[in-house]
Amino acid sequence: MRPLALTLIAATVGLALAGCSSDDSSSDASPSASSSATSPSGLEGDITVLAAASLTESFNTLGEQFEKANPGVHVTFSFAASSALAAQIADGAPADVFASASSKTMDDVVTAGDATDPVVFATNSMEIAVPPANPGKVTGLGDLAKSGVKSALCQPEVPCGATAAKVFTNAEITVKPVTLEPDVKAVLSKVTLGEVDAGVVYVTDVIAAGTDVTGVEIPDDVNASTDYPIAPLAKSAHADVAKAFVDYVLSSAGTSVLSAAGFAQP
Amino acid sequence: MPTTLSPRVRERRAATRGGGPRSAPAPLLVPALVGLLFLVVPLVALLVRAPWGDAWEILRGSAAGEALRLSLWTSTTATAISLVVGVPLAWLLARTQFPGLRLVRALVTLPLVLPPVVGGVALLLAFGRNGIVGQYLDQWFGITLPFTPAAVVIAETFVAMPFLVVTVEGALRSADRGFDEAAATLGAGPMTVFRRVTLPLIGPSLVAGAVLCWARALGEFGATITFAGSFPGRTQTMPIAVYYALESDPEAAILLSLILLLVSVVVLVALRDSWLRAGSAAS
Repeated sequence: MRPLALTLIAATVGLALAGCSSDDSSSDASPSASSSATSPSGLEGDITVLAAASLTESFNTLGEQFEKANPGVHVTFSFAASSALAAQIADGAPADVFASASSKTMDDVVTAGDATDPVVFATNSMEIAVPPANPGKVTGLGDLAKSGVKSALCQPEVPCGATAAKVFTNAEITVKPVTLEPDVKAVLSKVTLGEVDAGVVYVTDVIAAGTDVTGVEIPDDVNASTDYPIAPLAKSAHADVAKAFVDYVLSSAGTSVLSAAGFAQP
Repeated sequence: MPTTLSPRVRERRAATRGGGPRSAPAPLLVPALVGLLFLVVPLVALLVRAPWGDAWEILRGSAAGEALRLSLWTSTTATAISLVVGVPLAWLLARTQFPGLRLVRALVTLPLVLPPVVGGVALLLAFGRNGIVGQYLDQWFGITLPFTPAAVVIAETFVAMPFLVVTVEGALRSADRGFDEAAATLGAGPMTVFRRVTLPLIGPSLVAGAVLCWARALGEFGATITFAGSFPGRTQTMPIAVYYALESDPEAAILLSLILLLVSVVVLVALRDSWLRAGSAAS
């Protein structure tokens, strides 16, 4: 009994030590790797960017370009509903930049002291996404109020859900969705799979989905838009890199990627 | 009734075989206490951080009532379905021989290790409106399953039934088959033997398996939100309500979690002595 237990403890301690040493070696390795790459900007380090789900495609592109311009830098993205990301930040998630799909969500993070000086870098408006076969014969916003039409929306806490609710208020219609999804990409996937007749998503999501969905436009006089603020996070371990990424998103290079994805400029 | 006595007899034998209580050596006691603390501290945290003063106000404003009602009836229905088809399946796996038996057993236990979200995607591809089965349900009968309470039951059954099958199969394997053979020799047909002899013999394990299955169904999240979506009162179960509440109203999330915890504890305590211990000894 006793020798076995001791062996187990020894093995556990050994594993823990091995874990520590491998951590050390990796942190040793990264500066040497980046110094050999000698980035012209002199920026080094890994940053984590928490971004609204609707930014998935454009920020992945921006991240690659930013890494190319700064060889010593590596950007990791975590895409989810802005409200879910804000909750993660409040719970101490280790991250460097937050890009939200609503000013309200960003304000909560700023009020909590986790970010400062957010800047609005894009705006986005809503569109109806339907499966290419259009099983619900949806041709306009009014069709979503019909009882036979199955629609998917975002949760009301999520910016895309809040913005869709504004559209319905503007158009004075009542929509009874079959499901309230955790983020806009989840709504889009329910449309792509053909499980619902329509989903209310951002204009940019319809573009990003390509031929998987068909967009049905919402008239300008009832459409609603949402602001996308971005800010470095207070607890960032690489404040210089975080600041540089925010600047890159706001630069002309960043703007052109966002415009190509369908975002409007503020 | 010798059949109901047997698990207790077995338990008593196990106790005498194991001997009296011993003092635990430190190399075992310390990690054991660390393990215990690790499991208990998060539950204590829920109790400590709960907004007891405003509990009633917060709960009245949230969708807790309908979410709990939905969770309770869907998980109970999922357990009932699992019993009806899962027990015969366990019997087939334990008591018969056929080619591919091991493959079938592996397939049955697959949902145990499959990430639930993957299960949800698989269910959509099978029973969704465009699924390989679902499209005919839609065309022939006009039935679409996703986003209905039925979809919640299906998702929960898919994820939870293997817990019942595995538990019951284990019990069937270790149960004394002498009684079955004796009954058969005395002229009982196979169904009579199953109903009057086999089932009572494995009774405690059956209940233990059903409780495990029910608890797993009650806690189901991934497959449910993928296949059934989330709509308050229709498909938003307690775990999904907790998840959303954490974003909008963390205090409500804590209270909803406590309710789920309370329900689970009540069920465990209610079944503790008479069933679960005997069940674990028999299987």
